Formats: sequence, C-alpha cells, structure tokens
Amino acid sequence: MTELTSAHKAIKDFLAEAEEIADQLGSEMADLADMAESGDLDPDLLNSIFRGAHSLKGLAGMFGFGEISELSHNLENLLDWLRLGKINLNHAVMAVLFESHELMTVLVRAISEMGGASHAAEISACVVKINACLAPPEQHHNASPFVHLGLSEQTLGALTEYEEHRLLENITKGKNIYSIHTSFDLSTFDVDISQISDTLKTFGEVISTLPSMAGIIETNIDFDILFSSNKEIDELSVLIAGDSVSVALLGTAATASASSLISVASPSPVSSQETAVKIAESVIVPSNSPAQSMPAAVDDAQSAKSMSRTVRVDIGKLDDLMNIVGELVLAHSAIAALAIQMRNEGFSRTAIDLGKSAKGLERKLADLQKGVMEIRMIPVGQLYEKMSRIIRKISREQGKKVELKFYGADTELDKLIVEDISDPMMHIIRNAIDHGIESPEQRASLGKDEKGVIKISSFSKGNHVVIEVEDDGSGIDIERVKAKALQKGLVQDVSSVSDKEAIEFIFLPGFSTTEKVSEVSGRGVGMDVVKNNITAISGMVDIETSKGHGSRFIITLPITLAIIKVLIISCAGRTYALPITSVLETLLLAEKSINTVERKEVIQLRETTLPLLRLDRFFGFERQAPRSEEFYVVVVGVAEKRLGIIVDDLQGQQDIVIKSLGEAFKRFKGISGAADLGDQRTILVLDVAGMISEAIRSGN
Amino acid sequence: MSSKTILIVDDSRAMRAMLVSTIESINSYNIVEASTGFEALRLLPREKVDLILTDINMPDINGLELLSYLRNNPNYQEIPVIIISSEGSQKDIDKGKQLGANDYIIKPFDPARVQELIQLYLG
Repeated sequence: MTELTSAHKAIKDFLAEAEEIADQLGSEMADLADMAESGDLDPDLLNSIFRGAHSLKGLAGMFGFGEISELSHNLENLLDWLRLGKINLNHAVMAVLFESHELMTVLVRAISEMGGASHAAEISACVVKINACLAPPEQHHNASPFVHLGLSEQTLGALTEYEEHRLLENITKGKNIYSIHTSFDLSTFDVDISQISDTLKTFGEVISTLPSMAGIIETNIDFDILFSSNKEIDELSVLIAGDSVSVALLGTAATASASSLISVASPSPVSSQETAVKIAESVIVPSNSPAQSMPAAVDDAQSAKSMSRTVRVDIGKLDDLMNIVGELVLAHSAIAALAIQMRNEGFSRTAIDLGKSAKGLERKLADLQKGVMEIRMIPVGQLYEKMSRIIRKISREQGKKVELKFYGADTELDKLIVEDISDPMMHIIRNAIDHGIESPEQRASLGKDEKGVIKISSFSKGNHVVIEVEDDGSGIDIERVKAKALQKGLVQDVSSVSDKEAIEFIFLPGFSTTEKVSEVSGRGVGMDVVKNNITAISGMVDIETSKGHGSRFIITLPITLAIIKVLIISCAGRTYALPITSVLETLLLAEKSINTVERKEVIQLRETTLPLLRLDRFFGFERQAPRSEEFYVVVVGVAEKRLGIIVDDLQGQQDIVIKSLGEAFKRFKGISGAADLGDQRTILVLDVAGMISEAIRSGN
Repeated sequence: MSSKTILIVDDSRAMRAMLVSTIESINSYNIVEASTGFEALRLLPREKVDLILTDINMPDINGLELLSYLRNNPNYQEIPVIIISSEGSQKDIDKGKQLGANDYIIKPFDPARVQELIQLYLG
C-alpha cells in the first residue's frame, strides 16, 4: 500500500469514527435536554457526552483537523465543567451544546466533501458562546478552591485564567503556596523585583505578581507575589531574606484539597467522608491518574465487545461489489443467450446442459445480488434519531410543544437513499414546525391539545419504501395557495384548479405561501428543492392536507438504486430502459382509442382517464418511419400518479446496474442514468418520477 | 491648550505601533508607551495620564494586576482603563470588568472601535 492510499484510508477511518461520535453526541444531547427539562440529570450520560467530545478532540488533533480539534476542545471544556458540577445545565447552555454539535457535524461533513471553505468564523463565534457559559459562574466558583488559602479578593480578582489554572495545578500537586510581600522604592523597583523573581524561580513557580499600594504612594510600591514551591517556609525565608520581604505560607496540599472539596461540594448535605471522596474525584479526574483510566479501559473493553460482531465497510467497496455483481448478471445473460442459440443451431444436448447450468448460476447470482443489497440496507430508525434532535431543537427555539411519534423504525432502505433523503425530510419537518404546528396558546384557543404531534412513519410497499411525515397543525391554506398562484400568473383562472393541483404549486421554484421568512424555514431552500432532491433518487412526494387539521407528506422511495430490473423499450429507433418498479402494466392500443381532453392526449383505462406521453415528442425526435397503427402504452406510476408512455416496442426485462451520467446531464429531465446491456450496447434509463412531474407541469 | 495623554501598555511593539497610528489618525494626543506592566508603573507617577489602554497577557505583571493596582490607588483610580484582549479570553475580560475596567477591545481590533472608545473617554 502506498503512503498516499494509507493516509487516505486513515482519513476515511477517522471520518467514519468522527461521524459515529458526532451522531452519538447528538442523540445523547437530545436525551440530556429532556433530562434537563425534567430536572433529573444522569451523571453517566453527561460523562459519556464528555468522553465523546474528548475522543473527538484527540482524533482530530492527531489527524491535523485543527478546526474540529479546536471546537471539540472547547466543547469538552464546557462538558467538563458541567460534569464536575461547576456550572448548571440550563437552556442557554443546552442551546450552546446543540449549536456546537451542529457545527461539529458540519465540520466533519466538510472533510468528507472535501469542502475547502474555512469555518473559522463560525468556530470562534461558537467558542465565544461556550466561554460565555463558563465565564459568570467561574468567578463565583473559582474563588472557592482557593478559599482555604486566605487570599485577598484583590489578589484573586487579578489572576488571569491561566494563573488560576497554575495555582490550582500547584495545589493539586501538593505544593506549598506562599504569599511574599515586598516593598520597594519606586525608582528602582523593577530591578529589585526582577531579582527576587529570578531567585524564586530557581526553586519554585511565580504564579502572579500583584502590585499593591504602599504606605507612601509617591515614593514606594509594594508587591504581593504568589509563589508555589516544595520548600518549607523556614528554608524559603532564609533564601530570600531581606528587609522589605515577608513570607507567609498560605496553604498546604492537604488543607487545600480538603477545603476545595468542601467549597465545591454539592448542595445536598453529605458526610465529610463522602465529600472527601467526591473531592478526590474532582481533583484526580483532570490528571491522567489510574483511577480515571481504569474505568475508561473497562468501558472500552465493553464497547469493543459489543462492536465485535459488526464490521464497518466503506460504501464505495459495496458499490464496487455491486458493480461486479451487475457484470456477472450480464455475463450470465450472455451465457443464457448462447445456450438458446446453440439449441437453435442443433447442439441440443449440450445446449440443455448449458441452459441448466445457466439457470443454477442465475439463482446463485440472485442470492448474491440480494445479499450485497442487504448489506447496503440500514434501518430508517437511524434517520429518526437525527430528526428527533432537529425537532426537539427547533420546537424549543420556536416555543412550540411538539410530541414525536415514530413508526416503522425497522424499515430498511439503501444507505445512500437514507443519506439523500435526510435533507429533504429535515426541510419538511422544519416547515411542519414552523408553519404547521401552532403555538401552544393558539392550539389551546382552537380546542386542540397544547402539544402538537409530528408523526413519522415508514413502511415497505412493494419495491418501494414510503416515509410519511404528518403533523396535526394548521394544514395548508389552499385558497391562499390558489390566490398566490393567480398573483404569480401561474394560472389565469383558479376556479378550474382542483385542490390537488393547487398543492402542486407549492413545489414550484420561488413559490412560498409565507410572506414572512422565518429563521427556521427561510433558508432560501424552497419546497422545489425538496422535490428535486427526492426526484433525484427516483422518489416522489405527495401532500395531503386538511385545513385546521394538519398535513401529511408522503415520500415514496425505491429500496435501492444500485441494481434494478428494467423493461427495455424502443421508440423511434432508440432503446431505453424503464425501471420495472414503476411499470404497472403494458397495453397494446390502436391510434383511434386515444381521446383528446383539453388538448391533452388521454385514454380511458377501466374507470379512470390516463394521461399519455409520447416518448418521441417528449425528447423531440424526428420520426424516420411513420408511426404504426398499433403501439404499446407502458402504464407507469409513482405514488398516486399515473402516466401512459407511448412506445413502439417492448423488448423484455433485464437486470441492469444503473450508472450516473454526472452533473452535466442533471438538467435533462426524464433521464436518471445509463446502463450497459451486456451486448456492447449502452442505453439510457428513464426517470419515471421526473417524467410524470414534467408531464403534469407541461400539460403534455 | 494641553493635549491629553494616553498610556499604551503592551509587550508587542507591533501592537503598540498599530494602536499609536490608530490614535494619531483621529487627534493629536500625547502618547506614552510602556512595553511591560513594570514600565507602566514607573511611568505613572511621572506622567499625568488621562487614559490607559492595556494588554492582559504580559510577562512581568499582567493587565489585570496593573488594573487592580490602579483601582486601589487613590492617585490613579479615576483614570479610565480599556483592556485589550485576544479573542476567546472572555473570562479575563469579565475579570477585568469586575476589577473596574471601563471597556475592552478584542484583538485583532477594529480601528474604528478604538477611535470611538478614545473619543468616548477623552471627548
């Protein structure tokens, strides 16, 4: 392995672990927020969050991700304070924790996306907020570990953060702390005090030097030097003896830890022995003592055990594997075709044997394909955890009460689809809280429960997975949507627009029913982006809404994007593939069965009117040969929408590995990728969801 | 008309130079520089200082200690003090405020903010 690839791998490992920790931090923080509300904090949970931040800091530091390191360092600091009971967990602190976590997630993601932009400004803003949480109680509490020293307010007040730290460190190490008072002539004090300082530094640490007012202000200046040393007072007094020097021993290690223990002690009355134990913990924990590392080691062992049955695999490797499976499937098709050809050419016996072997191979290939596909599957529940954090955070920010209900967390979806659906879902949820769920007061006045409900459910439906996001808020005001559509010139006459059609307007770029842009939903991302994102993964989104009772977003997604069964069709001499999951049926029709309704071609299919789309017209092809009198209609459907696609011929079904065409082809509607047919032919795969929405939009 | 005197205490020569040029661009103040807290302590009895800008982290005595001394000394306790601190040292800034600092500036500073503060305290 070359250095480059091993470094690359190391970064990948780092990323995987960092993402894991970030995810865990998020869900634990959400739990923490709930606990904070109920006033019942679990120290283990807090400690676990602290350890997460700590690990992340260590990792990021090692891999040279300075931004993550800096943020996690500060986050760790804040958590340490919380953990040691130095500050209380209130709403403000919780908000900072959430914000830090959100930024952390952005930073981790930026690495995987090779995002070059610096987040320094966001980080320092976040760090300032973290420090703000620490600042006020510190003055209050920080004095306390030093109370036993009998230091003056003045001395304590002038200690910088670093000096305080040094003082505490020295106390922890059991050093003697001295206050050395000196008095000098104002004209020569700087030489004199430097001399004393230099002497002191040879057998101890000068923590601070505080100038103080002397008896005669005009001519003299005094200094109080805070000094730590192993030397005993008698020895020290001899070493720095002088007319103007006096030495006082402030505290010893024993009294220090005892008194600091008492001063930081919890408000509940505890016996001195208990206090001592607590103090010992708080003193020991920051240093790397065995007392701390041992339980950590035990924890690690436990987690290692539980992890041992899981293997973390790069999704890229699964993609490669899937490609190989796809190629095997194609190779199999070629062999099966050969077997048929041989039989036709008279080698019947060999042909039958070959055919049998090919069948056996086909079955095993199907198993292999299913197996690889299953590895890519992850439960939708992982998405729920993320959503639950967002919902709790937003509802808290908005002052809305929201109860969450999750169903079907076990439903499995391709990992990439879960990743891609996360952002659109988040947006739908933000919208639901922002515009859907009313404030507790409003709800009460409407006779609803103060608490709004957001229900997210997932279930399998054939080859698709359906995810529904439902709220019991105000619903979409369809009359307002219609009015807006009229105002924007999307329709000339709203009376002919059905409610269902009106809802579709929401998905048009730049269409929003809210005049006021809120911080939550108004991020410049509209429902059109949500729809595009879902369509990009061959999904579909529908809305059901009832004014005053809430809305339901129904997202229909394919289970996987990797290998799909397609129907090969041809039209005007060109060959295409249609994902079989979207094909409902095929019909052979004559030209005369086509009716025209409002300049749209339709056919009557059983009880319903099916809109038609001519593939050649859709892509704007010139037809060489005249259209035959009879043609095929492939009825496709996604979610509740149906469309009949008129084609010339059907050529059979096949498994294909769909390949992306890249960014350049994104703007071509109706094509989701390309595939190799195994006989040196490459064909385009039609994007059914995209075609349906295009057909609806253009009135084709 | 006697011009007012500003004492700049900072161990970084570049920082002092930056402050000096920032201040000179608004008005003709008399500027005195000290590179350490000790130097400031020696200068104070000799100069009639009207405003002090001081860094916090300095080698001999820190800005907070200097501030504490000033606030406890009847000769100097009325002098407005603006502390200059680096970003993220919120605790030190808060301590400075408790000790009686009139204002603070975050490094890297915005010249306009420095000028604004100087005009606020010196008129």
